[in-house]
Amino acid sequence: MSAIQKAPNRPLSTYLHKRPNTRLVALLALPMTWLVGVYIISLTLLLVTAFWFIDPFTSKVIPGFTLENFVNIFTVPAYFATSMRTLGIAIAVTVVCILFAIPLGIFMAKIARPWVRNLLAVAITLPLWAGYLVKLLAMRLTFTEEGLFNWLMAPFGISGPGFGIPVTILTLAYLWFPYMALPVFTAIRQLPLNLFDASADLGAKGWPTVFRMVLPLITPAIIAGSVFTFSLSLGDYLAARFVGGSTQMIGSIIASNINLNPPVAAAFSMVPIAFVVMYLMVARRTGSLERM
Amino acid sequence: MLRFSRTSRWSLMAIVAVVLIFMYAPLSVLILNAFNERQISAWPIPEWSFKWWAVAFESEPIRAALLNSAIVALGAMTIAMLLGSLVAFALSKYEFFGKGTVNLLVVLPIALPGVVTGVAFSNTYSNFLTPAGFQIGYFGMIVAHATFCIVMVFNNVFARLKRMNPSLQEASMDLGEGLWGTFRLVTFPQFRTAFAAGALLAFALSFDEVVVTIFTAPPGVDTLPLWILKEMARPNQASVVNVVATVVIVLSLIPVYVSQRLSRTENEK
Repeated sequence: MSAIQKAPNRPLSTYLHKRPNTRLVALLALPMTWLVGVYIISLTLLLVTAFWFIDPFTSKVIPGFTLENFVNIFTVPAYFATSMRTLGIAIAVTVVCILFAIPLGIFMAKIARPWVRNLLAVAITLPLWAGYLVKLLAMRLTFTEEGLFNWLMAPFGISGPGFGIPVTILTLAYLWFPYMALPVFTAIRQLPLNLFDASADLGAKGWPTVFRMVLPLITPAIIAGSVFTFSLSLGDYLAARFVGGSTQMIGSIIASNINLNPPVAAAFSMVPIAFVVMYLMVARRTGSLERM
Repeated sequence: MLRFSRTSRWSLMAIVAVVLIFMYAPLSVLILNAFNERQISAWPIPEWSFKWWAVAFESEPIRAALLNSAIVALGAMTIAMLLGSLVAFALSKYEFFGKGTVNLLVVLPIALPGVVTGVAFSNTYSNFLTPAGFQIGYFGMIVAHATFCIVMVFNNVFARLKRMNPSLQEASMDLGEGLWGTFRLVTFPQFRTAFAAGALLAFALSFDEVVVTIFTAPPGVDTLPLWILKEMARPNQASVVNVVATVVIVLSLIPVYVSQRLSRTENEK
């Protein structure tokens, strides 16, 4: 009885209770206004700016329509080479991360004792939060002329690779490795035990089981991880700037043009977006994004 | 069971060891170099001293940068707490057309490269808002940070809401509580630890962020990472940078640690 008497006192609750769609709109209104109104609009404006040009005399941005900025990406040899180099570096970083994440994941999930497993899980997660720039600085200290790497290798007569593309790849792999290692480890741990039994019963030893059973089943996790390693590497330019010697990446071109020639920077921003959106589409189709 | 030969086991262990060394050696070099007496960082460290800690502690620019980092991270965190929770409620309780797109929209700001997000904001601010007579200044940095922090709160709250028993809320409504009362007395107590955990991660994410900040910070304003970046570009003050970097490591690990503890205690219940 009291509930019935109370009902008129809560007109809003009563109203909303009957209308799930209104509730949904009320929940989404603010976040969508922000994400679309601030972020998507900014991305769209960036695309619009990519068609504008710079007045050669006043170097002011002139609204208009030109495809020249986009054509330059393909026709200026230095620009095109940079795009391809960046793509290559991003793929190399992803491959390095996968190559280390799989053995690590297998060890953690299937061989290590529980306390070792927990310890390793923490050990892998922690550096994720040590700070991007801090890790970059750490890699720079490790690979400088008088750094740890040369000191360790000196007895073997090896001197380090110096700053260049290999150290850039290594640094990016260092930065993004947890993004690959964690989903791969989780996926391997979640594989049902009886699948391993079945594989053993059918005569498969360790490695055949890994290649023919584990790998196909954890592919979605690898894809989810690679979304991060690939797209984060693709857009990075500070690693190239601080440990890459004279290496230029797409980000370097964007960053150096944003004040001098915003339309060129804007056009170049579309390159990593295009790569990443294509990658996300594929990843979404495999259902891997649910894991993120 | 997965069985490996002795050799395979040992090679797996060797790989794990290499990974751990690879992950921790550079960070150790950095932290130890914060106690390097010399101005230029190197290995092995010739002489130890706390000199650079004193220098860092008294430096006015470093204090200003620390303050800016804290303000921006707190602002971004607050906005992300509100927006992230709202999206988490919508996506965990309702089925609707475009759900996948909304999810993608939340993930997009961290899935797209930081330089793209940064350039997009910078372009909007300087080529559209400024010509329209609107100076966003300091607030622009907070807006940009909040945008990519939303996903942190969203992930944590969403995961918790998914596991919550909806009949408790229904029972509360049946007993006459309204939407607000149910939220306050039933729903919120169940997800508040996830809410706090997500907020702390958002804080840590913003505190560390550098690329988007480069493009959105107003002239003359440095956050702690921006200050480190400037010092890295000129090599004569290397050791004091290591001190600040060590502080950044500690300051971003504390919120993450607390956040983990919060999530764990709730999971044990």
